[in-house]
Amino acid sequence: MSLRFALLLACLLPGAASSGDIPLSERRSGYEMMSRETQKIQDEDATNPGTLWVLDGEALWAKKSGSAGKSCADCHGDARQSMKGVAARYPAFDPARGRPLNLEQRINACRADHQTAPPFAYESKELLALEAYVARQSRGLPIAPRIDTKTKPFLEAGRETFHRRQGQLNLSCSQCHDDHWGKKLAGSVIPQGHPTGYPIYRLEWQNLGSLGRRLRGCAFGIRAQVPELGSDELVDLELYLMWRARGMKIETPGVRP
Amino acid sequence: MARAVVTVPPRAKRGEIVEIKTLAQHTMETGFRRTQTGDLIPRDIIRTFACTYNGVEVCRVELHPAIAANPLIAFTTVATESGALKFEWAGDNGYSVTEIAPIKVE
Repeated sequence: MSLRFALLLACLLPGAASSGDIPLSERRSGYEMMSRETQKIQDEDATNPGTLWVLDGEALWAKKSGSAGKSCADCHGDARQSMKGVAARYPAFDPARGRPLNLEQRINACRADHQTAPPFAYESKELLALEAYVARQSRGLPIAPRIDTKTKPFLEAGRETFHRRQGQLNLSCSQCHDDHWGKKLAGSVIPQGHPTGYPIYRLEWQNLGSLGRRLRGCAFGIRAQVPELGSDELVDLELYLMWRARGMKIETPGVRP
Repeated sequence: MARAVVTVPPRAKRGEIVEIKTLAQHTMETGFRRTQTGDLIPRDIIRTFACTYNGVEVCRVELHPAIAANPLIAFTTVATESGALKFEWAGDNGYSVTEIAPIKVE
């Protein structure tokens, strides 16, 4: 507990002003900060539990759904080609909806617009499986969200959320993940918070989960109001985090402690 | 969906020790947790895992409530002859999964 308070105190003291963004060359994936054992679970498909969801997603990709009677594969063909690099540029701007959509929203938008199927619930096994399968096709590719005049306002909104103090602990994301990464919070290493491996298999969850779920966990931790999954606030923050991690490699499905 | 993934080296030299890895998709509900209204969530776990190599049992595992979800079981065996490895998981609520993987011994 004393560590946590010491850290909190360091954040709250006037002298501990924000040191700003992490220089690009000093950015580290959470992978590098976890134990060798956990790294080994992620390294091999044979031991990575995320593989189970990727395989489920592969099956769903080919399965016809909705009243249009179409599968993902009917339009997109072989995901190994058509989905290569796609996850690396999400959240991406959707002209019809006038704002960026994350990958889960894209999948559900596709279900609504092209398959005439009901949306999958956030964090449902099906949605996570499809997301994992699509994102798996970008493994090893650099994160590159498209920032232009259309997405810039949403990026700025996300940046604002990242730097805004919130909750009863009055902390911003930046105070932990820009200023104090690598230090410890109650025995756990504070990572830089780069979304390189989503959806991730988190050992604490004993399940696969989305970036939205992870961010909600952080909001709960600082006793802030927890945003809804798929809310504009969360997706804007996701866009900012992807921009912040631009150039880093996708690891999906990642494993985290 | 009850999925399992097994990884067996496709070829091995006679007498070589080979590592076999298995992953089974399962929530492993302990039977000790309660819902928000206080009702006990019934136990739902994998109880046993067994692997036979050309009909001979080479690994057997009993699983208990404290074992993680989606259990990873890895073990070694000696490659004696070409044939097949059969993997069987069985558990609560009629859970049953079987996988077969070939091995070629030279």
